[in-house]
Amino acid sequence: MSKNSIEKLPTYLAIPPLKKDSMAGKGPFKASIDIQKDLGFPGEKIDNWQQVAINKIAETKSKYRSVQVFLDSCMKCGVCTDKCHYYLGTADPKNMPVARQDLFRSVYRRHFTFAGKYFPKLVGAKEFDEDMLDDWYNYFHQCSQCRRCAVFCPIGIDTAEISMAAREVMNAIGVGQKYPNQILGKINKIGNNLGMPEPALRDTLADLEEEIKEETGVNVKLPLDIKNSEVLMVTPSADFFAEPHIDGLIGYAKVFHQSGVSWTLSSYASEAANFGMFIGNYDVMRQGALRIRKAALDLNVKRVVVGECGHAWRVAYSFWNTLTGLGSGGSDEYSLKLQNQLDSNYPQPQHMIEFTYDLIQRDKLSFDKSKNDHRVVTFHDSCNVARGSNMGDIENGQFILPREVIKAACNNFSDMHKSTIKSATFCCGGGGGLLTDDLIDLRIKGAKPRMHALKQSEQDNGVNTLAAICAICKSQFSKVLPNYDFDPYMIVSVHQLVSDAIILTKDSET
Amino acid sequence: MSSISIFFTLFFYFSVLIFVTGLSYKIVQYWNTPAPLKIPIAPAPLTKSGVFLRLTKEVFLFATLFKSSKWTWLFGWSFHLALVLLFFRHLVYFWPGEIPLILLKTEPLKYAAYPLIFGLLGLLGRRIFVDRVRYISAPSDYLMLLLIILIGASGMVMTFANNHPNMLLVKNFAEGLITFKWSELPSEVIFLVHIAPVFFLIAIFPISKLLHGPGIFFAPTLNQVDDARKKRHISQWAIQKEKNTKIDLEHNKDKGS
Repeated sequence: MSKNSIEKLPTYLAIPPLKKDSMAGKGPFKASIDIQKDLGFPGEKIDNWQQVAINKIAETKSKYRSVQVFLDSCMKCGVCTDKCHYYLGTADPKNMPVARQDLFRSVYRRHFTFAGKYFPKLVGAKEFDEDMLDDWYNYFHQCSQCRRCAVFCPIGIDTAEISMAAREVMNAIGVGQKYPNQILGKINKIGNNLGMPEPALRDTLADLEEEIKEETGVNVKLPLDIKNSEVLMVTPSADFFAEPHIDGLIGYAKVFHQSGVSWTLSSYASEAANFGMFIGNYDVMRQGALRIRKAALDLNVKRVVVGECGHAWRVAYSFWNTLTGLGSGGSDEYSLKLQNQLDSNYPQPQHMIEFTYDLIQRDKLSFDKSKNDHRVVTFHDSCNVARGSNMGDIENGQFILPREVIKAACNNFSDMHKSTIKSATFCCGGGGGLLTDDLIDLRIKGAKPRMHALKQSEQDNGVNTLAAICAICKSQFSKVLPNYDFDPYMIVSVHQLVSDAIILTKDSET
Repeated sequence: MSSISIFFTLFFYFSVLIFVTGLSYKIVQYWNTPAPLKIPIAPAPLTKSGVFLRLTKEVFLFATLFKSSKWTWLFGWSFHLALVLLFFRHLVYFWPGEIPLILLKTEPLKYAAYPLIFGLLGLLGRRIFVDRVRYISAPSDYLMLLLIILIGASGMVMTFANNHPNMLLVKNFAEGLITFKWSELPSEVIFLVHIAPVFFLIAIFPISKLLHGPGIFFAPTLNQVDDARKKRHISQWAIQKEKNTKIDLEHNKDKGS
C-alpha cells in the first residue's frame, strides 16, 4: 500500500478470510550495537542465541506468573481471533492473538512440556530455529500490546504479556528493535524520549508563555524546576513540540493557572512515556520511573500529576507504586520516604484529566462552550488508559472522566459505535513501540477498524473532531487520518478542547 | 481377576497418580511464581469482593465468553455444564457403602448427555469449518474433542440404546477402585470404550491445555484487585532491587527534611 493511497472503507467491517503471510517480512529496523549496549543488552545476535533464549524463557516464566499461566492455559477456543485490529486490518493469520502467542507457546511446549518434548507434532511444538526467530521478530512487532484480545479471552490470557516477554527474550540475545531502544537510551541519558536538553526545554516553555500571553492577554506560566511547588507535572515530551500535543500542554497550563495550584515541570524527568514497558524489561522500566521519583524528591512536591499519554498512565497508575513507591499504602522505608512527603489527600499519582475533572466538579473552572461549537467531538479511548488503568477511583472512571471533561468544554459530543469504545476500544494502530516510519504500512492497516468506526460517526452524527489523551494516538492519527480521507487536523488533545473554551481570570500575576 | 480387569485397575490408579501429582505440581508452581506487576484487565474490579464476583461469573457462567462469541459460549457452556451434571450422575457408582438418597435421585441427569454431545459437535464443527479456528488447531485439539465425544457417545449407547453392561459388576468395579477391594469389570467392549478415554483424559490433565481449569484462577488479569495506587504491590525479587538502590535513599538525606 502506498502512503498516499486512500483506503476505501466498507459500510460493514467484516472479519477477513485468512491471507497467509500477507504481513511476512523482516520486521522493523533492528537496533544498532551501540543502542543495544546502552541498555545492557548484547550488541548483536549472539552465537549461542538458542540456548540463551531458552534460558531466558525459563527465567521469564519463573518471574512472571502471567507468562507461565498463559502459556499453559490456552484451550484454543479461537474467540480472540477476530478481536485484534492488526488481524482485521491485515488478514495475516499470525496476527490473530492466539496465533501470535503460539509463536511463543510452540517453543515453550517443545522445551518445557512433556507432550512437546515427546509428541511435538501432536501438540504443535516447534524448535526455536532461525525461521522461528524471524517470525518472532516480525510478528511480536506487529502487536501494539493494546490488550483488546485479553478483554475477550474467557480465561484472561493477555497477549501483551507474551509479546513483552518475547521482546525481552529477543533483547537478551541481542535482537532488539531500533525505535524503542534508541528512545530508551535518550531517556536514560537526557531525561526524555526526544533527547531534548534543559535549555531547549526552557526556551520552548518561554515561547509558549509568550504565545498564550499574546492570544489571551493573561500571564499563564509554564514553570520548570521550581522547588517546593505543589504539583510536579510529568507529561510525554511530545507535548513540548508536536502537533496537536502542544495545544494540550497549553490546556494543562491554563487549568493550573485557574486552579491557583503551584506546579512545575522537571527538566530531569521531562518524560512520562516509558518504553521500558514495551520491551518487557522491568529494570529499564524501573529506571525511567526512578527519574520521576528522584525529581519528586528533589523538587519537594506534594503531588505528582501525569499528562495525556496512554501507556505512561498505565505505568504511572498501575506500576509506579510497585516500581518506585510513588503511590500510597507502602510500609517499607523505601516507599515511605516518598509517601510521607506526598499529600495523602490526593491520589498519587493523579491524571491531568482527574485534576481538571475535580476542579469542574467543584465549580472552579468556567467555560465558554460556544468556542467549541464548530466541533462535533468524539472520544477515542486509548488502549492503555481504557484497559490498564482507572481514573477517579470509581468503576469505569477511565471512561467517564474524560468524557465528562469534554462535555464540560463542548456542546456537541457523540460516541462512536459501542463495540469500538471503552474496554472494547480499538487501538490507534501505533502503540506498543510501533510508532515508527519503518512500520507505516502496518500502522495504516492497523488503524482500519478505528477509522471505520470514525467514518460511521462522521456519516451518522457529523463528527469532525477526534479527541484523545495519548501522545502516541495523536501522532499516529495525524499521520494515518489522510489515508482514510479524513482531515489530519481533526485529532486534538482533550485539554486542547479545555484550552479553547476555558475562561481565564486576568491578572492573577504570580 | 482377568488380565483386562487388572489392566484397567492399574490404568485407573496410574491416571489418578499422574493427575494428583501433576496437578499439585502445577498449582504449586503457579502459586509460587510471583506476579510482579498489577495487570488486571478492564472492566477491573476495585475491591476483593468485586474480584470474587468476577471469577464466579467467569467460572459458572463463562461471562466473558458470552461477550466474545455467542455460538462458542453456547457450545462451550452447555458442554461444561453437562460434564458437571454427568459427574454427579456417576458418583452413585463410586460411592462406597450406603448410598445417600440424593445420589439415587440423579437418574434424570443422564439427559445431560445430549447437551454434552451438542456442545462438543458444535466446538468440533467450529474447529473444522471456521478458517481462523482451523488455523490455530493442532491435532491434539481435535483429538481431545473426539475423545470426549467418544465418552459421551458410548455412554449414550449404554444408557439410551439398552446396551447396559452388568450394572452390579460396574458398581463393584467402581466402588472397588475407591475402597481398594478390586473386582472384575464388565467385559462389554462398549464399557471399555467408555472408560478408557476417561482414564486417559484424567492422566493428561496436568500436561495439556486442560490446565485452563486451574489456570483461570491464577490469571493475574482476572484475579487482581485494581488498587495499585492505594496499596503497594511488590514481588520478592523486585524488593531485592530496592535493597540494591541505596543511592536513592542516600541522596535524599543531604536534602534534610
